[in-house]
Amino acid sequence: MFQMIVKRLLGALPALFGVVIVTFVLTRALPGDPAAYFAGPAGSQEAIEEVRAKLGLDRSLPEQFVLYLRDLAHGDWGNSLTTGQPVLTELAERLPASLELTLAGLVLAVVVAIPLGVLAATRPGAWIDHLCRAITTAGVSLPTFFTGLLLAYVFYFLLGWAPSPLGRLDPYTTAPEFITGFYLIDSLVMGDGATFVAAAKQLVLPAITLALFVLAPLARMTRASMLGVLSADFIRTARASGLHPLKVLFVYAFRNALLPVLTTLGMVFSFLLGSNVLVEKVFAWPGVGSFAIEALVASDYAPVQGFVLAMALLYVLLNQLIDIAYGLVDPRARLES
Amino acid sequence: MSHTPDALLEVAGLSVDFRTRSGTVHALDKVSLTLASGETLGLVGESGSGKSVLSFAIMGIQDAAARISAGSLHFAGQDLLANRGKAMRTLRGRELAMIFQNPRVALNPIRQVGRQIADVISRHTGVHAAACRERALQCLAEVRIPDPERRYDAYPFELSGGMCQRVMIAIALACKPRLLIADEPTTGLDVTTQAAIMRLIHDLSARRQMSTLLITHDLSLARAYCDRIAVMHAGHIVEVGPSAELFAHPCHPYSERLIAATPHGAAALSALASIPGNLPDLRRDDLPACRFAERCSRYGASCDAALELRPLSATHSVACHRALEDAIPLRLETEHVTSA
Repeated sequence: MFQMIVKRLLGALPALFGVVIVTFVLTRALPGDPAAYFAGPAGSQEAIEEVRAKLGLDRSLPEQFVLYLRDLAHGDWGNSLTTGQPVLTELAERLPASLELTLAGLVLAVVVAIPLGVLAATRPGAWIDHLCRAITTAGVSLPTFFTGLLLAYVFYFLLGWAPSPLGRLDPYTTAPEFITGFYLIDSLVMGDGATFVAAAKQLVLPAITLALFVLAPLARMTRASMLGVLSADFIRTARASGLHPLKVLFVYAFRNALLPVLTTLGMVFSFLLGSNVLVEKVFAWPGVGSFAIEALVASDYAPVQGFVLAMALLYVLLNQLIDIAYGLVDPRARLES
Repeated sequence: MSHTPDALLEVAGLSVDFRTRSGTVHALDKVSLTLASGETLGLVGESGSGKSVLSFAIMGIQDAAARISAGSLHFAGQDLLANRGKAMRTLRGRELAMIFQNPRVALNPIRQVGRQIADVISRHTGVHAAACRERALQCLAEVRIPDPERRYDAYPFELSGGMCQRVMIAIALACKPRLLIADEPTTGLDVTTQAAIMRLIHDLSARRQMSTLLITHDLSLARAYCDRIAVMHAGHIVEVGPSAELFAHPCHPYSERLIAATPHGAAALSALASIPGNLPDLRRDDLPACRFAERCSRYGASCDAALELRPLSATHSVACHRALEDAIPLRLETEHVTSA
């Protein structure tokens, strides 16, 4: 098992190298001149050239690329020009915020979508099936920034149930000590109930926003997969053997239906990681998405490259996890590796 | 129909309809059948004649769209239609068991085969896990799977088709049922494996005095292993009789054509006669009394009258107004005399 994981990770290296090349070329191909941007609107031609030389942008592209690779190999992801901080530090500070939000949204979506899909599949045409269809349709047709704004409007502005949608904690609570960077976990580890509640309150609305968005593909896939499995021959065998209907449903049908759901889960998760930038904007969430967008607007190369690289790494790790989960569920997948 | 004392399974006037978008399919029409203890009955007929629908109805695992519109089902004196719920579930797998075609897909692909057997044992006996495992291992040995200890943890994809069918049989026979329904148990297996599987089923049913309903479209298989044969066509049972007699002297034109279409021994392929036409569309509301009429060469005006299985002898019945009785009049008469 361990050997297999190492082998897979090594196999992902060429893909990561590809990501490095593509992001390097893409950021250079973007319109906008960072030297001009950082020299300021009043900067003279000389000042701009000076900044350019300082940034190393006066060298040829291959030369820049080799320098970039050398820095990467030394664990130096460059500095953000806007904040002056090393990119790695910035990402490390902001990534937990994004991950916490994404995971919370995903867990919420799974908890709702999978039972919904299973129930809809066992009662096709019943009210629960129609409910499932309505929710999935709404989920795919409502853009996240809209549901985010709507939720904030209703639950913060109109009802006042939720705290103001400004970041991970209200201004009166201090952040828990950094252990994992997940406020919910850190505050629990520290035994700080008040901070936990405060962090949870801030998290609810953005997490629901994300959950609503990914609920649709998950519920739909669960329903379709369950329907397919329930009509399979081996389910008929299980029924003909007189097995209890719940055992047939969960031990025989559900585990078999899980595989495509796992695949979908991996897909929506990686999709969420990068694309929850809108939700981060709406709820002023200090995550990596908003960080990358700001850097992109400023033609700040290093953070953009760092962001894409970090996402690629996460994506590789995530696929590993999904593969391992696959192997746990399906013995045939174990054999292939 | 009166209760025959030694009948284990009694199907009387059973009709099953399927509701589909394009109309109601009259899949079974007043089907009657009895199966004695320890007897092996072959149910033959072309695809779509209702063999599987009948067996699923007996097991109570018919499709959600299927509706039993008439008739009765009795198993060992118990009315199977009266309690379809929990009571039926405890009978299923314990008293009535079934094995299916295509064993590879009829087994749960991601559960060890031994555990699939143990699941059934645990369901019906309630013994603890270790004992279930022990019993499951015995079951594997009984269906002659070599090295059961090792095979217990195998997944279906690691076994050959024949092995999978043995596992299927082990699952079905785990709780020593009194009735086994084998729905084309050898379809999808190669010929030598077919013979081994059939012998296994035959031996086990003989040893346990188990009644077997063998559903097949392979007539030579039915002939070799069944005491009696029931021929189905388009949801009707058209002829029932002792195996040897039915093959030697089929009385229903359909049975005759079916036998003529079966390859055997030295017969050349060109000698095989196909049956003209197709099964009638069972969604029609104007189905003729004899559903074979439109394909029958002996069709005549008298064929439109109401039709039911009528006995030719104590053991042989046919549902045909123009049965091929002339083929065996003498022998039948003498049989009447001897059986009277």
